[in-house]
Amino acid sequence: MNRVGRWTIQFKNRPGIAAAATNAGPKEGQGPYGQYFDQVRNDYMRGKLSAEAAERLFMQEACEEALSAANLKAEQVDLFVAGDLLNQIVTANFVARTLQIPFIGVYNACATFSDALLVAAMAIDGGYAANALVAVSSHYQTAERQFRYPIEMNIQHKETCQYTVTGAAAAILQKAGPGPGPGPGPGPGPGPKITHITVGRVVDYGLKDPNDMGAAMAPAAADTFLRHLDDLRRTPADYDLVLTGDLAAFGKKLFKELIKEAGISLGNKHEDAGAAIFSPTQKVKAGGSGAACAPLVLLGYVLKEMQKGRFERVLAVLTGALFSPLSYQQGESIPCIAHAIVLER
Amino acid sequence: MDKAAQEAQKRYQEKVKRLEPRPRIARDLFRAFLTGGILSIIGQGFFDAFSRIEPSEGEAVAATLAAMIFLGALLTALGVYDEIAEFAGAGAAVPITGFANTVVAAAMDFRREGFILGLGCKMFLIAGPILVWGTVAGFFAGLLKIAVLSLLR
Repeated sequence: MNRVGRWTIQFKNRPGIAAAATNAGPKEGQGPYGQYFDQVRNDYMRGKLSAEAAERLFMQEACEEALSAANLKAEQVDLFVAGDLLNQIVTANFVARTLQIPFIGVYNACATFSDALLVAAMAIDGGYAANALVAVSSHYQTAERQFRYPIEMNIQHKETCQYTVTGAAAAILQKAGPGPGPGPGPGPGPGPKITHITVGRVVDYGLKDPNDMGAAMAPAAADTFLRHLDDLRRTPADYDLVLTGDLAAFGKKLFKELIKEAGISLGNKHEDAGAAIFSPTQKVKAGGSGAACAPLVLLGYVLKEMQKGRFERVLAVLTGALFSPLSYQQGESIPCIAHAIVLER
Repeated sequence: MDKAAQEAQKRYQEKVKRLEPRPRIARDLFRAFLTGGILSIIGQGFFDAFSRIEPSEGEAVAATLAAMIFLGALLTALGVYDEIAEFAGAGAAVPITGFANTVVAAAMDFRREGFILGLGCKMFLIAGPILVWGTVAGFFAGLLKIAVLSLLR
């Protein structure tokens, strides 16, 4: 079995990220990681009649750019795994209609990208695909419309509110050779490699406020993170960076508290994509969220810094709040999930 | 759910409450007062102006309301009103300009889904409950008034 411990999958053939593309919205481009994104678009509507069509364009462009960076045509790709935040993951469905690659749609809210990586990496590792294209997107206006209020409506946001990231991220995964010596390790092949993924369970600590998703998701992130370390018998010293998904300012603080209770401290090795993607002057309250938030930081900033040699081994813990507008109106609490992905140079 | 898990949930919820960023009430109250006051002064300005043209006070009030609704709608269409509300909170939500904003914002959002099923259906998404429960509250306030007045008689 290609498993370690109760929760973690080990990839013997270590699929590598051969190419990546980040396609960011205007506000994201002005944020601290703006320079790391391949494309920064200056408007939300992109000349389309609806924000939904604009979001599709973001994902379509990211996919095309990832394909061309890997020097592949769509018909040479074995699998397309994608998702987004809209009902029926409609953005991914429409992009898949254009690409005509065998398609699997995935959804885990803001952790959707980790699902896509998981499915694609398993297919490649098991020999069911030679390569795969993964993509996610989110859009401030489409998410507001679906989950919250009309965009121009008068609302004073809570300090814990998060601002949905506009953009899309895509990557090409390819098979990399086995590393030297037993078990996972650096080896030949393209780009940083995925060595392990710890698949999270749904964690719900009974929080009900959709304006405070960071607090709801922090226990899920801590749960998966601690299980991951336990499964692999690793400590934070084994990682150069731990990137949590979109906990944002308040959730990041709670995550730190939760792992401290387990006797673990990350110090300055911890970054949170939600807390870092915008600067405090950008009027976003607690930070960013959305399916594109962590992937933009991961494929923009982290991947490029890995290629430069700044990080050797990175753990990305992507988090998702698995609620719907109906479930919280009916008074249900917010179930959350986190999956942890190990990337090695 | 077992007891240990319940306790852990409770402990965490308490932690969240303890560490949660506090709203800055004094600052927010001041901003709401300032913005609500400015909107009211503008309304009073319209009323004074209309009082000179309109034959009765009732008609001047109606014209003032129409003007304020137009102002709220215009600022919404220009994408300014949500920014004002982010600053002012209830100071922007409570005046009639805020009511106009909820209708126009919803109409703008759902325009793309068509005039009937989009704009027509969704226009009162936010304003609908205000109308429904405002009417119900008005009914009970009326009952209360009749009861109190008949007791005093």
